[in-house]
Amino acid sequence: MKDVVVKVENLSKRYRIGLKEDTKDTLFGALGSVLKSPFRNLKRLQKLTHFNNGQQNSDDIIWALKDVSFEVKRGEIIGIIGKNGAGKSTLLKILAQITHPTSGRVELNGRIASLLEVGTGFHPELTGRENIYLNGTILGMTKKEIDRKLDQIIDFSGVEIFLDTPVKRYSSGMRVRLAFAVAAHLEPEILIIDEVLAVGDAEFQKKCLGKMKDVAQQGRTVVFVSHNMAAMQTLCNNGVLLNDGEIKFSGNIEDTIIAYKENSQIIFNDIEISKGIFDLKNHPNKQLKNLGVLKALTYCDNKLANTFYPGCSFKFEVEIRNKEDDNNTLFGFIIKTNDNEPIIGINNRHTGDIFTIKKGEIKTLSINLPDFPVYRNGIYWVDFCLGNRNTNYEIIENAFSFEIECFDIYKTANILDPKLNLILNKHATLKLLEK
Amino acid sequence: MGWQPIDWKELWRYKDLFYFLVWRDIKTRYAQSVLGIGWAVIQPIFSMIVFTIVFGKLAKINSDGVPYAIFSYTALVPWTYFSGGLTGASGSLLGASGMMTKVYFPRLVIPLAPVMAKLVDFCIAFIILLLMMFYFGFTPTINIIYLPGLILLMMLTASGMGMWLTAMAVQYRDINYAMSFFVQLLMYVAPVVYPASNIPESFRLIYGCFPMVGVIEGFRSILLQTNPIPWDLIGVGSVVALIFFISGAFYFRRMEKYFADIA
Repeated sequence: MKDVVVKVENLSKRYRIGLKEDTKDTLFGALGSVLKSPFRNLKRLQKLTHFNNGQQNSDDIIWALKDVSFEVKRGEIIGIIGKNGAGKSTLLKILAQITHPTSGRVELNGRIASLLEVGTGFHPELTGRENIYLNGTILGMTKKEIDRKLDQIIDFSGVEIFLDTPVKRYSSGMRVRLAFAVAAHLEPEILIIDEVLAVGDAEFQKKCLGKMKDVAQQGRTVVFVSHNMAAMQTLCNNGVLLNDGEIKFSGNIEDTIIAYKENSQIIFNDIEISKGIFDLKNHPNKQLKNLGVLKALTYCDNKLANTFYPGCSFKFEVEIRNKEDDNNTLFGFIIKTNDNEPIIGINNRHTGDIFTIKKGEIKTLSINLPDFPVYRNGIYWVDFCLGNRNTNYEIIENAFSFEIECFDIYKTANILDPKLNLILNKHATLKLLEK
Repeated sequence: MGWQPIDWKELWRYKDLFYFLVWRDIKTRYAQSVLGIGWAVIQPIFSMIVFTIVFGKLAKINSDGVPYAIFSYTALVPWTYFSGGLTGASGSLLGASGMMTKVYFPRLVIPLAPVMAKLVDFCIAFIILLLMMFYFGFTPTINIIYLPGLILLMMLTASGMGMWLTAMAVQYRDINYAMSFFVQLLMYVAPVVYPASNIPESFRLIYGCFPMVGVIEGFRSILLQTNPIPWDLIGVGSVVALIFFISGAFYFRRMEKYFADIA
């Protein structure tokens, strides 16, 4: 008999958003509004903590969560899924007791720790060792606990020789490693994790995932938010799908992911603005606004298209805008089957191309896959990744999809078996050797 | 929640965090500075020099019969603590907004940490005061046993007002801009540059409502024997300080739930 450790009942949370103030265009109007501004400001600031119940649906109120209820049992790992702005982070913040719900209640049974960010409270002037203690106690550990685990933490972080150096002299990578080492040694009964995995390099992400698997195996309860569906699928048992602050679906993780994909399919349909042209600015998986990968165009044999055939000349172009001057921009993509299995994935580090891109400039990258080797009928998805020297600052999963339509390549009327030949080469031949 | 202004049990659970926050404040305050902890005494000593020249020599303000330098320095030691603690506490939540939006912990540790940490500066300034007493030929009497009580009152005042101001500063940034100005004005309200005996007798108890009046006059009476111990001022001050502290804790507790959303 499993008992319920997290019980969420009719949770709602509203926020007040800023409204544009009306501006006066006459001198006297402007003067008057300057004189009145302290009163207006006072009213505005008071409204931050006072919600007048009469104006439930006033323009400047948004409901980040609406009537959300679910339960998590002991030892369960639950993934919260939803596009940006669906209310995932708000939900985590309420579970972590950082912010209070407007209505509804949360019941927690057990010691809780939240990991919404790594390295909270790190002080640049303090040494690595001192920060381990400071950060550890902020996360809810006691000094004794940290004393006991200090060696493990230091070991895990891999920064032992810099341990008595102020953290301000650390590289950003070292800082993240140290911070994660502390967080990884928390031993709460309920662990709440936001997308901490989105930071750091691939190796670090792997380490994080491994650690989280360990936590799961120790029978602790985990509430996990991520856009990384693969990680969700391997880690979680159950999922909750949020959309616009409401629960759209909850059930086992596979079904939840399917529901999420169906749910976002509607939005995906708006992504393709005309054949082969994908506007990614409002993509549900996009994290940055007006930055990063903005647009993609796909060409089959140099013609705009989103249906391809095996062995064609597959080309796509992406428009990107860098967030900073960078002489070492990283761009990569992954092509996946409809079952989320990656089949092709390269970036410009692999190919040895160097991209120097100025901040704010919109640049077009061209990716060519001549003699496209995918021979199986079906829908395929493309992920994008954009980064600089240190981090991948934008990852768009399932940025767009395209279709492969197989035809009679060998012109024999015997079409290739659609269950086989995910990859092939049109020059493949079978010959009987003469003796 | 309920009617308990401070959740002591929870605060106790996070005592190690409190300890490390205090320790961080102490350790990082004078990091990468040449004089380091010397800054703890520079502020009261230089104020004393300026006050002695301006108020003692030029304005010839009465100093209850003791040299003006030690008269003002005895007041400046608790006052510097109070103003530093109050300023530190009132700005503390805004400075910790990064922590508050990411992790749960009893928010109260944030404003209380600087109030504690400033005690180190206080102790150093107090040692200088003892040296000055020796130089000017003052010997402490048995009354010195009351001093810890006054120090407690001083901390109670700083933390009570600190809780009020920091909780307000999260919502209204005006508090932050007004703080240094406000503290400076308060200094002239407190008997730092003049003795409380200059205040007309009929206003004495109203005057004592500012708890630092009792603290400062108490310090002078105990260390310099200027007057008998002003129990009336200390009594009124203690009541007011307690009211500040309890109401501050309530206000803090009420506002606490909004901190993460509006910080």
